[in-house]
Amino acid sequence: MAKKKKEEEYYKPKKRKLTTWDKIFYTGNFIFMFAFVVITLYPILNTLAISFNDGIDAVRGGIHLWPRVFSMKNYQTVLGIQGFRSGAIVTVLRTIIGTLTSLVANALLAFIVSRKRFLFKSQLSAFWVITMYVNGGLIPTFILFKFLHLTNSFWVYVIPGMVSAFNVLVMRTYMQGIPDSLEESAQLDGAGYMTVFIKIISPLCKPVYATVALFVAVYQWNAWFDAMIYNRLNVKYTTLQYELMKLLNSVMQQSGSAADAAATQGQAVSPQSVRSAATIITIVPIVCLYPFLQRYFVTGLTIGGVKE
Amino acid sequence: MARRKKEKEVNITPRITRKELKRQRVLLIWAAVFVVYGFVFCYLPLGGWLMAFQNYKPKTGILHSKYVGFDKFKVLFSDPQFFRVFRNTLAMGTLNLVTTFIMAILFAILLNEIRGNLMKKTVQTISYLPHFLSWIIVTGILHDAMSSSGTINEILLNLHVVDTYIPFFSIEKYFWPIVAFANCWKETGWNAIVYLAAITSIDPSLYEAASIDGGGRWAKIKYITLPSIRPTIMILLLINIGNVINAGFEIQYLLGNPLIIEVSETIDIYVLRWGISQMDWSLGTAAGIFKSLISIVLIFTGNSLAKAFGEERLF
Repeated sequence: MAKKKKEEEYYKPKKRKLTTWDKIFYTGNFIFMFAFVVITLYPILNTLAISFNDGIDAVRGGIHLWPRVFSMKNYQTVLGIQGFRSGAIVTVLRTIIGTLTSLVANALLAFIVSRKRFLFKSQLSAFWVITMYVNGGLIPTFILFKFLHLTNSFWVYVIPGMVSAFNVLVMRTYMQGIPDSLEESAQLDGAGYMTVFIKIISPLCKPVYATVALFVAVYQWNAWFDAMIYNRLNVKYTTLQYELMKLLNSVMQQSGSAADAAATQGQAVSPQSVRSAATIITIVPIVCLYPFLQRYFVTGLTIGGVKE
Repeated sequence: MARRKKEKEVNITPRITRKELKRQRVLLIWAAVFVVYGFVFCYLPLGGWLMAFQNYKPKTGILHSKYVGFDKFKVLFSDPQFFRVFRNTLAMGTLNLVTTFIMAILFAILLNEIRGNLMKKTVQTISYLPHFLSWIIVTGILHDAMSSSGTINEILLNLHVVDTYIPFFSIEKYFWPIVAFANCWKETGWNAIVYLAAITSIDPSLYEAASIDGGGRWAKIKYITLPSIRPTIMILLLINIGNVINAGFEIQYLLGNPLIIEVSETIDIYVLRWGISQMDWSLGTAAGIFKSLISIVLIFTGNSLAKAFGEERLF
């Protein structure tokens, strides 16, 4: 132990003595970072506190990091909303199905355009890169989906957005870094392209697959606009975020006095506290997962941002 | 540059021969599937642009509606509301671009200067969090924080900066800064990822040499860090310049209200309004086309500017 410590000290670069300016800088930097963290976290923690606070009491304001009158009523109310429950199921389903299909489609396309021998690789790449910059816009897309009977259905969440040119470019860049010799030797052993894709390239691409899966999953989890535009009339296909938006609207339309009125009428919850509970339910899965996936999105962004 | 040249030498696509076609049959079949898919979902809607030159009626459809030439565009450009939304879009887009860029670079440089890996890691992990929250949640939080009994008003009242609370969401002059702030809040940590990666890849011997030459912290940032991440900054700026026109839809749509609609409405909301409530789909499409054209012009302008200044280019 002692020996190890000595060694460490030996290898450590000699610490320069801090000048006064250094000290001022480090203190200033610390204050900046501290303020940054507070501004980032406080609103979320505040929402958490409100969600566990009694609704009528919360209208008085002044709740910061800890609930004043503890209550589970808000959560019970949220879970009692029919739309919210079915929205949660639809959101979970679209996240799982959408992520899987999108991953397979993007990976396969990236595999094709990253094959050096593929005859039309530049044409196919260009075909997809163009879609990153030009799109038909809201109204023509809506008409098309209506024509294809994608409106008022679950599949509008999955099928149209399956391929994303940006994700394909990220994957392509990664696949191009894999040596060709692997593919060639497999082909000498009689493997076809599909075998190469599934058995050789895909296992090596796990990090970039994770990155793209994360991007798609976050998009799917947070989507609400498609639910509002394409499935407005169909409560069956509502999503979590769209239900949250309805709650938000009800809060925004209700000014302070209206909330007070609700309180005097003897309702146990206020729109704001119900919305806080809904917000927390929606955030929890993300907050629990993202710290563990950090290195994946860091890789993905560095490939995608710097190279293309 | 040298790498690209080398790639080209190795990277030889074989000639199109019957044998090669047969060999690549599987790839070709799947490529065809992707072309059909892309044609239907990405290119077919472009055909819908025809609507902008028609007096589109859902009953007659796109094939049999009356052709009106550029009439819809004339209506569009003579609509004072359209100029207002165009101004709002550009103003908010530019403001967002500038503030999020400066914040991300500043944050990346300052985070890199932190001593102590644990603190660095913790701050960085926390900084990503808002990116994963939807705009619905962010606007909800914003609304709570800035409402009459919210935290911001509470602080202002306690510090005696103001006598009564400020109704932030009903005063026009606050809207653009609020949108810019919300964008910074949500994306600073996320956007900083790329810069941090670029900063970590800088050769440490450069800093050592600077120290020996007596360069202070400021000199190192100015003469080593910033020039090293300049290509990254330029390429991201180029990618994002085209997005200035996509100043956002969600936050403006969610926070906009009749009191501030003069400054909050963007082109996307205008399209949605014409599409859904006014039912003039042709006019909405015309506005959408105009937006796409501006976007393309912006990308090409940015690209040729970069070329003129000898910087990294997108294509």
